[in-house]
Amino acid sequence: MHHDYLDRFSRLDSPVHRVPAWLKLACALSLLLITILIPMSRAALFGVLAALLIAIAVASRLPLLSLAGRLLMLEPFVLGVALLSLFQPGGGAIFLRLVARGSLCLFTVLLLSSTTPFSEILTVFRKLRVPAILITMLALMYRYIFVLVDEAERMSRARASRTFRRDRSHMWRARGDVIGRLFVRSTERAERIYAAMCARGWKT
Amino acid sequence: MHIPDGFLDTKTAAVTMGLAAAGVGWAAHSVRKTLPPRKVPLLGVTAAFIFAAQMLNFPIAGGTSGHLLGGMLAAVLLGPSAGVLVLASVLIIQCLLFADGGLLALGANIFNMGIVGTAGAYGIYWLVRRRAKGLQGQLMAAAFASWCAVVIASTSCAAQLALSGTVRWGIAFPAMAGVHMLIGVGEAIITTLVLATIAATRPDLLREEARAAGAPRYRGVIVYGLLIAIGLALLISPFASPWPDGLERVAGKLDFMGKAALHPLVRAPLPDYVIPGIGSPVVATALAGAIGTIVMFVFAVILARVVTRRTMAGDRESAAVR
Repeated sequence: MHHDYLDRFSRLDSPVHRVPAWLKLACALSLLLITILIPMSRAALFGVLAALLIAIAVASRLPLLSLAGRLLMLEPFVLGVALLSLFQPGGGAIFLRLVARGSLCLFTVLLLSSTTPFSEILTVFRKLRVPAILITMLALMYRYIFVLVDEAERMSRARASRTFRRDRSHMWRARGDVIGRLFVRSTERAERIYAAMCARGWKT
Repeated sequence: MHIPDGFLDTKTAAVTMGLAAAGVGWAAHSVRKTLPPRKVPLLGVTAAFIFAAQMLNFPIAGGTSGHLLGGMLAAVLLGPSAGVLVLASVLIIQCLLFADGGLLALGANIFNMGIVGTAGAYGIYWLVRRRAKGLQGQLMAAAFASWCAVVIASTSCAAQLALSGTVRWGIAFPAMAGVHMLIGVGEAIITTLVLATIAATRPDLLREEARAAGAPRYRGVIVYGLLIAIGLALLISPFASPWPDGLERVAGKLDFMGKAALHPLVRAPLPDYVIPGIGSPVVATALAGAIGTIVMFVFAVILARVVTRRTMAGDRESAAVR
């Protein structure tokens, strides 16, 4: 997993990217609120919102195909929950409402995350008085996600190349082993990170 | 169990956001007071670890696969408050970087998985752990509590969907709780296997936890207990009262959303849902949950015994991983 997979597009340059992060966060939140407050009787407004979001996407010079791809990739999560609503009286209408709202909201969050670097969001969090320890955790997590995902993949590969039994209980135990050892390695890595942070003058 | 945006109404989103903020705030306060500074990087790295562990799939029957959720694992390894922070971080990153789980629904997701499913389930773990000794007792408590974590978190999730008028309680609760009673079994097995591996390689990591958790922090119990009680009272009580009441609420909401056209559709099939003699699906699910809890407790005892024996015997083909 490449580290720029996380927010590949957030460091591009465009008028939308240059908008301050707090404004984008506020706009995204109000767009989400508007989306869930639109009554179904005004379905045309969903179209207006969609057009607005597409306009923002174009203005932010994001590669539209890969944006659409990610949207489609995430759509099953919306459909999965929405499917539950089909099993009730009047479910068809509710289902359509949920899918429309869910997809628009998804698009909104996707636009926010692909035009705003995560570090800038953390700066906004700091101004909003989010506990400092949580911000430190988020920053460290953002830094180490891809390291640990890579490590997990390497360990699974090593395991797969040495294990020849394919029965399920054995595979489960092997997976449990990999995760357990991944935690041990993470702990050891955290100790090294702490030493490195101290060496660079970090204070709580 | 991640609720996407667009499925919660403003009232539910606001209430759960407040509860989540209070819970995370308390967790940060309590971690700052009790955790030595050298452990701070461990929290961030553990959050990344839970995220990476969620990407490793476990094969289930028929080509499907499941993965670890990790709330209980984080709480057992680092303590309940640190567990709340770890899960909150995972959910925030999943929401903001991967758009998995909504931004307005972030409060609800943190409340369900981060607070109810982590601090709440840790309470169950702690109660069982006190009465069971040794590694086997710890594994057994963790297995049982991680099943409970998944089930109560999904119930809370169903209640939020129902309160928002998205899916009726009579459908959301049986569907969510039913499915998660099965998913919970997987979660219990994975959590136990992972803890057994850690106990075999670095037993000190688990003992440290035991020392920290040895002295119960009553204030933490009160704060988390209160938050969860308030949350569940606000979320579930409208549906716990006799069935038609909850329905009327939803019907009223639908009425408001969909205008009069939906009206006959909503009211007509109601009687079908209360089958005389058998009771509603809600009662049936609650009953299944009660039986499931007992079965799961027995299963946890057996699972812990099997896994412990294997760990102790040292008969593990795990050298390949190192």
